Amino acid sequence: MAGPGTSGGGGGGGWRPLLVPLLMPTWLTIGIFLVLPVALMAVYSFLTKEFRGGVIWDFTLAAYDQFFVDRGLFGDEPPAIEWTYIAIFWRSIWQAGLATLFCLLVGFPTAWFIATRPASQRGVWLFLITIPYWVNLLIRTVSLKFLIRDNGPLNEGLMALGVLDAPVTLVNTNLAVQLGLFYSYLPFMVLPIYAAVERYNFALSEAAADLYASRWVTLREIVIPVVKPGIVAGCILVFVPSLGAFLAPDLLGGAKTFMIGSLIEEQFKGSLGNWPFGAAASMILMTLVLCALMVYARSASQAAGQGAAR
Amino acid sequence: MKRLLTTAAALVLAGPAFAEGELKVYHWFEYIPQELVDKFTAETGITVTIDTYDSNEAMLASLKAGRMGQYDVAVPGDYMVQIMAGEGLLDTFAPADLPNFGNIAPQWLDVPFDPGRQSSIPYQWGSTSFSVNRDVYQGDIGTLAMIFDPPEELKGKINVLDSQGEVLTLASLYMGIPQCNTDREQLKALSDMLVAAKAHWASFGSDTAKDVLVSGDAAAGMIYNGFSAKARAEGANVEYAYPKEGFVVWMDNVVLLKDAPNRDNALAFMNFLLDPENAAAVTNYAAYTAGVTGVAPFLDAAIAESPENNPPADAPAGSFIEVCDAETQKLYDAIWTNLKK
Repeated sequence: MAGPGTSGGGGGGGWRPLLVPLLMPTWLTIGIFLVLPVALMAVYSFLTKEFRGGVIWDFTLAAYDQFFVDRGLFGDEPPAIEWTYIAIFWRSIWQAGLATLFCLLVGFPTAWFIATRPASQRGVWLFLITIPYWVNLLIRTVSLKFLIRDNGPLNEGLMALGVLDAPVTLVNTNLAVQLGLFYSYLPFMVLPIYAAVERYNFALSEAAADLYASRWVTLREIVIPVVKPGIVAGCILVFVPSLGAFLAPDLLGGAKTFMIGSLIEEQFKGSLGNWPFGAAASMILMTLVLCALMVYARSASQAAGQGAAR
Repeated sequence: MKRLLTTAAALVLAGPAFAEGELKVYHWFEYIPQELVDKFTAETGITVTIDTYDSNEAMLASLKAGRMGQYDVAVPGDYMVQIMAGEGLLDTFAPADLPNFGNIAPQWLDVPFDPGRQSSIPYQWGSTSFSVNRDVYQGDIGTLAMIFDPPEELKGKINVLDSQGEVLTLASLYMGIPQCNTDREQLKALSDMLVAAKAHWASFGSDTAKDVLVSGDAAAGMIYNGFSAKARAEGANVEYAYPKEGFVVWMDNVVLLKDAPNRDNALAFMNFLLDPENAAAVTNYAAYTAGVTGVAPFLDAAIAESPENNPPADAPAGSFIEVCDAETQKLYDAIWTNLKK
């Protein structure tokens, strides 16, 4: 990194002695607030559960064993694969993936619309997107519940208009959870895509049109590759928090089925009080997310390499 | 900057004197009227800070996670007093420390979860069963089948407390099997019964138990008797049941925490709560029943005569939630996780 080419050239070298002290606050912040807690979590996931919360400092794989191996209610049946927690993870990934897809389908056109308004109007549109964020997520989620309940405005309105004969039950269903995730995280999709589209050079689209590219081909071959970083950033920003969400499943889903977030929460706050298992579940979740991101980063850098070669 | 330093210096200097006038309470949500707290401050000059929790287990988890020494008193339920004492989280006092100690109702004096009342005083007691919206269902509701094997009208419209102890105890009562059970067949049957019943439930929620009945999201719900009285007071046509199979009784207690930073103030607060007029003020607010004698003249008639607080003559006796040993508790934890997966 500190090759002769970089240190020898220009006035940039004058900053070099300051680099370490200037970066120190960032390193400290990451160290204290990210690395340390994660390390603590990793250690706790290998400790023994103390009855009713807390840990005993005996190292064991019990938490991971509980996650993956099913020994029956009494713990003396032949070991089999434990599907309970895998199913919870799968359901959460599925819900988060769907939420990401819906956010993309709605967020991309929205971002495109805002970015193609005259510069003087864009501020107002962005402002409108951010307004809901002035209100706490908990309150917005509860409000959504009020809107969609059996005798809420949505159902009553549709019945008054004659669209529905009887109220459609949304509250306490997976559909409501999906709606909650979509609604909560939509702006996280709109804003990065907007930032990418705003920088898009529309002369490229005109050039494509001049060369007889259809609108669809222009979108697929020109626009999406150029704004892809924004799309990817938006997808990550929606997918990752959706995966760990527990407000929407608790309030809109009726807390009937565990999602990853509520499963982990229950280990620390609820009656189950199993810290090592909560830590292990968190570690497994984090590993999954990191792997997915690394696979993406690798394919992205390969794609970038190909693009440069072309 | 200078002013900031002055303020900081003043705070440091005032520190010890200030600490004498403080009390840190760890309490349930919506369980003490602000007027009563203000009255305590007016009488004693002690300022009160209250943090809240929504389940006994959450309170225990928080205290064990390093918040001991920050609070003076907490308000655990009966079985949790026993657990906290076993974990060494409670301090003791002598009856002479509380001039009002003699006001404790005789039946709540020598309780199994704190023999001789060495660490705790009664706060309020009540029961947990369920309520049914009478606009939706008009039949007989005197059975736990309303929750665990509900009639057609209630299916899909039931809220259940998000509380392992209460759900599993009521389910055991429904099946007529003992608590802290280790019988494989009976536990398997209990688990199967719960999984089958869950298909008819709409949601799990404790702090929302009243609201879902009032809003109509739920037509029946597991609930505490006073909370149900509040739902009725807010306009829901709900009736609280005393089912024939039995129900859960509980008592919440003010406990003196170990390492309490303001022990004397904590004792003053506990003594204050044993005064009949003050105990009645809590009852009038929370709609449960005080564990103190002499409250009758101070009670609102609507609370004292409420159907939620006065079981019918033929109601069975209620059961306290029992504290199981670690091995047995593991089985119940597994049933609960399996139920909620």
